[in-house]
This record gives sequence, structure tokens and C-alpha cells, in this order.
Amino acid sequence: MNKIWIIAQREFLSRVQKKTFLLTTILLPIVIFGLYGLIIYFSVKSSENYTVAIADNANVFGGKIDSKDDIKFVFVKDESLSLLKEKIAKKELDGYVWVPEGFKPAKGDTISVVSGKTVGLMNREEIQKRINDALENQRLLSSLQITKKQLDSLQKGNEIKFSTTEGKEENDTKVGISYGVGYASGFMIYIILFIYGTMVMRGVMEEKTNRIAEVIISSVKPFQLMMGKITGIGAVGLVQFIIWVALTVTLRFILPLFVPSMRETANVMNHGATEALQTVKQSGALNNLMTGLSEINFPLIIGCFIFYFLGGYLLYSSLFAAVGSAVNEDPQDAQSLTLPITMPIIFGIVIMSSAINNPTSNLAIFGSLFPLTSPIVMMARIPFGVPNTVPYWQLILSMLLLIGGFISTTWISAKIYRVAILMYGKKPTWKEMWKWAWRKN
Amino acid sequence: MDSTLQLHNLKKYYATQKAVDDISFDIKQGDIFGLLGPNGAGKTTLLRMITGIFYPDSGSITFDGRNFDPENDIIKIGYMPEERGLYKKMKIGEQALYLAQLKGLSKADAMQKIKFWFKRLEMESWWNKKVEDLSKGMSQKLQFVTTVLHEPKLIILDEPFSGLDPVNANLIKDEIYGLAKRGSTVIFSTHRMEQVEEICDHIVLVNLGKKILDGTVADVKQQFKENKFSIKLVGTPTNIEDAAYEVLNQKENEFIMKINEGYRSNDVLLHFINQGINIESFNEMLPSLNDIFIQLVDGTKSVTRAFQNLS
Repeated sequence: MNKIWIIAQREFLSRVQKKTFLLTTILLPIVIFGLYGLIIYFSVKSSENYTVAIADNANVFGGKIDSKDDIKFVFVKDESLSLLKEKIAKKELDGYVWVPEGFKPAKGDTISVVSGKTVGLMNREEIQKRINDALENQRLLSSLQITKKQLDSLQKGNEIKFSTTEGKEENDTKVGISYGVGYASGFMIYIILFIYGTMVMRGVMEEKTNRIAEVIISSVKPFQLMMGKITGIGAVGLVQFIIWVALTVTLRFILPLFVPSMRETANVMNHGATEALQTVKQSGALNNLMTGLSEINFPLIIGCFIFYFLGGYLLYSSLFAAVGSAVNEDPQDAQSLTLPITMPIIFGIVIMSSAINNPTSNLAIFGSLFPLTSPIVMMARIPFGVPNTVPYWQLILSMLLLIGGFISTTWISAKIYRVAILMYGKKPTWKEMWKWAWRKN
Repeated sequence: MDSTLQLHNLKKYYATQKAVDDISFDIKQGDIFGLLGPNGAGKTTLLRMITGIFYPDSGSITFDGRNFDPENDIIKIGYMPEERGLYKKMKIGEQALYLAQLKGLSKADAMQKIKFWFKRLEMESWWNKKVEDLSKGMSQKLQFVTTVLHEPKLIILDEPFSGLDPVNANLIKDEIYGLAKRGSTVIFSTHRMEQVEEICDHIVLVNLGKKILDGTVADVKQQFKENKFSIKLVGTPTNIEDAAYEVLNQKENEFIMKINEGYRSNDVLLHFINQGINIESFNEMLPSLNDIFIQLVDGTKSVTRAFQNLS
């Protein structure tokens, strides 16, 4: 046991003390975040004030249109098309809308916005919105004699609450957030398994590449070497992951609070992460968010995340270790051998995308019990509620199966590792490796 | 003197061959023991069983008077395999420390010993260098140090001199003597017979998994001697032929001869002395281990080497 600790220490320190570790761990999220932010920022930001002239020859606007912030509308009378074009050329205007006399908004006629340069996406959407709002308002006034505001209040929906037979209320926001948290957790575990699994594999190849395997094996048992590597590399992964999460949280949530103009960009970024968060409207939605969040059992989710993270890592890393020990220095050999191991991981993600929409389906239940996929699938289901969506028996069974799973894979892998680590020469076939697994000492 | 190691009827069979087929021998404490044999003879498998890396299919090993217990006895064994590498990217001092700790030494203890050996082998200045920055000879020295650092009772060296220049080879050789004198037992596996003759007390020759020779170097040579002698004379004798011997080769005043049955060296010497010829030198030419090796391994017993080293 002590030897496993010594080996794990060495594996951990030798990786953490390298400059590349600091670079990837700290710089990477900053760089990615920064790039991402810049991209969004530039596509969102309207660079200058945008002035659009409206020549309303059919008087469909009634002289009213929302003109504020960066986009301003100006009503013009008796200015010809050529004059307007000239103004654009002279940069007095950015664009114009020419409404011909016979224009009928009720018939759904098209309006053209002509501009000097191509209109950016965000501006385009804003202009469309404002023009349509103004036209709609006019239509309502003329045919129904009510304003848009009055219409909106009529159209306002009643609050419809969902609750289960057990009387537990299910807040809309909560379900939305569960979706998001579930997806994020499952996905994170997916990535973790891939990155650190392959790291273990490459770590295991180190003894073979350096031809030091026999020297080490003369001092420690192969099992101790394997577990030392798995533990040490796992610790590196854990530290790296924690730093990433901490950095991302800091950058994502705390920064926009200090930089108001970034709040908009922050919201736009969240758009990509969870569609559900769109149900949270910008104004006064924070309260809703908070109550929704408070109804999610975060301690449980975090606890389970840790469990499935560890269990999944132990299960897959031992498989990766077995493959790594069989490979002879040629990383391309490794590619083909890792395929059968990466397949269940991908399979897990596939099941997860179905389970996230249908957390109680049979497929979801199967996926969260089967040890090769449970780390991903179960983590995606848990935020939906224990024991509402995930009954206690399922959770416990899943955990027990996972424990059983990683014990078996570790045992099998240790047997393969012990034989393979001393072998040089041709790459072993799966059949050979299987035989080693069952060979007695 | 006790036996450090006893092998009893060890067997290890693989699907395709009998790597070790019923081998037994004894090694006494303080011996420098040579394990010889051609490639594929089973030496490596044997050594791996002695170090606990492999388990025998049948037979037993007695280490230090007790049944060999790989887990605990491994601390008392130092093994330098033929396929020996080091973590290239690791610094030397760090690496020596790591390997020592794996052998069960405490950090403090290990540091002390490492400093001692580094000083002794003039490696102090390389402490912070990475292994990949060393020359081959330098890394061999490091490997030797890591093998003997924990003062093992049994030291197993597989081709320790491969890649060493004469100066370093000599250095290591002296260290081996020193260790043996201080009570360690050394098993030395090699193809290089000149070294074996020079260093080893006791040898065992294996081939095809079986033991085919077991004895001290002197005994083995006696066993295979062919009664060959070389004699160097001053001046050329007139009467060369004699019943006492048969001339195998002649080069000016030097003769290689085989003394016939029933005759002894003195008969040969007298033959020349009586002629009034001075004898410059007279030596028995014992077969070299190299020749014995080839002879045994080739399976032909009757080859007599006519052209020996005359110098």
C-alpha cells in the first residue's frame, strides 16, 4: 500500500511540476473564455449609431416607431429616392425605408430596408422587431381600436403550475435548470473520462518506452504500479478539473456583475448552454431563478457527481491502463486498441441525450444502471429529482453496480497489465489479452 | 558459509517451450556466481523467478535459509536486468531517490546512501541532470548505483558491462569485488567469458532450459582440459619429436603440444633440458570458458582448438 502511495506521488508531482501543466490548466480556460467572449462581443455589438430614414408615403407608421439606443428612425417627407441615396453616400444616413403609396401592411406586403453597407445580424433583428412592432400597433389601432399594450394584457397567460401526486410543486425554472445541470454534468463526466483515461494510457506506456518496466517490477508488484499510476494521474486530473471549474465560474458569473455591459454578452452565451434558460426573462427573473435553484438539491448532485466521477474514472482508467500496457511504444497501435473502450463512453452520451428529455424511460433507467454508461446517464438524470425522477432503489443499485464494475475491471486489467508490461515485440491480439486475464499466476 | 540461494528443481514451461526445465543449484554467500548460456537458454526466465517477477510452475526457491517470499525478500535483492532503462525525463538524483524508496528505504536513508555512491563513482555533479542528457556509460553507472543502493544481500547483474568503456568497466568490476568482500552475493549473467573467467568463483551453464555445467571455474577447466601445453624455447632444438608428446602447432621457437597418456610435464621438460636447450616458458593451456561453452552448446566434444592465443 505504501508503495502505491510512493508511485502515485511521483506520478502526480512529475506532471504537476511541469510548466505545461500550469499553462494548460490556467491559461486554457482564460484563452478560450476570452476568445469566446470576444467573438460574441463583436457579433453582438453595434459599432456605431444607426440612423434609418423612413419615407412613409402610405402613412402606415402613423409617425410612430421605437427610436432609441443605437438605432434611430427618422421620418422624412418629400424626399426623393435619389436624395435618400445621396444622403447615404454622404454618410448622413445609414439606411432608409421606402414605403410606397399603395403599401398595405394588412396584406403582408414586404418592406425593404436599403442600406449603404450590409446590416449586421443583431441590428437586423432589432430593426425588424421595431418595424414590425410599430406596424402591428398601427394595424391594431386601425382595425380593433386598441393599442399593443392593451392587446398584450389581454393575451397574457395565466400561471400554470405543475406538481406531482406527492404534492411536490415543480417550478418551471427548476425543470429548465435541471435540464441544464443534468446535461452539463453528464457532458463533463464524458469529457473527463476521455481526457484522463487517455492520460492514464499514455502514462502506463512510460515504463515500456523507457524500458524501465522490469526494474520497477523487481521492486513492486505490477498491481501496485498500475494502481499507483491510476491514482497519481487521477489526482492530477482532479486538481486540473477543480482549477478549471473555479476559473470558469469566476470568469462567467462574477465578471459580468462587475462589468454591466457584459451582462448582455453573458446572457447571450448562456443561450448556447441551455435552451431552457430562455424561459427566464431578463427583467425580474432573478427571483424566479433563485427559487428554482433552491429547489434543486445541489448537495446531492455534487455528492453524486463526485461519486460517479470517481467510479467512472476508476472503471475506465483501469481499462485504459490495460491497453496502454499492451501497446509497444507505437501510439498508432494504441488507437485501434482503445476503440472498444471509447465506444461505451460515446454510447453513454447518446443514451444521455435521450434520457435528458425522457428521464424516466426504460432506456434512461438501463443507461443509469449499466456500469459502463451509468456515470454519464445517471448524472444527467439526478438533477431532475431524487426520489421523484430517480427512485432511491435505482440510485443505490446504480452505485453498487458501478462499484462492482470498477472492481472487476481493475482485477481483469491488473492481470493483463502484469503480463503485458514485460512484453516487447508484436502487438497482442484481443484474444491473447483475454487469455492473460484468466491465467493463473 | 551459508547458502544465500538454493534452487530446487525449478520448472517453467510455456506453451511453446520449456524455458526452465528442472534446474537446481546452490549459491554460497559472498560468491561471485556466473550464470552462463546462449540466448534463449532460459537465463532471463530463471533470473525473473529468482527476483519474484515470475512464479515457477513447480520447484522451490530457498532464500537465506527460508522459503522465498517475493513480497518481503525483494528488499534484499538488487536486480539489474539486461533490458534496463531509466525515466528519461526525470532528474538523476530524484530518480535514484524514487527507486530507493520503492525498495523500502526511507527518504533520509536513501539520500545518505545516494550521496555516498555518487561521490564514490564521481557522479555528484550530475545530480540535477536529466537522464536523457547523459551518455550511455554515465547512465549505466547510475543503473548500477540504483541496483546496489539498498545494500542487498543478493545482487543480480545481467550483462552489466555492455556499453561500458574499459575505464568504467573496471570501476564496476572493482565495485563488484568490493561488494562480494563485504558479504553480498553476486549473480552475474553474461556471454562474455573472459569476464567470467576473471571475476567468477562459481559458474553454471544452462542451455535449452537445462543445466549442463556446475562448478568452480578451476574445476570446470580441469574437467575439460586436453593436456595441452605451450612451451617456448631458446634456440631451436634438433630433436623435436618425442614419445611423450605430440606437437600440434609450431611457430618458430614456440610449440603447442599435447602430452600423451602416461607421460607428465617433467618428461617433456627433461627432453629439452637433456638436449641442453633453455626453456623460456612452459604453461598449461587450459581451455577457455569460451571454448568450453561453444563445445558444450554445439554438442560436439571432439573439437580441439589448434590455434590458441599465443601471446
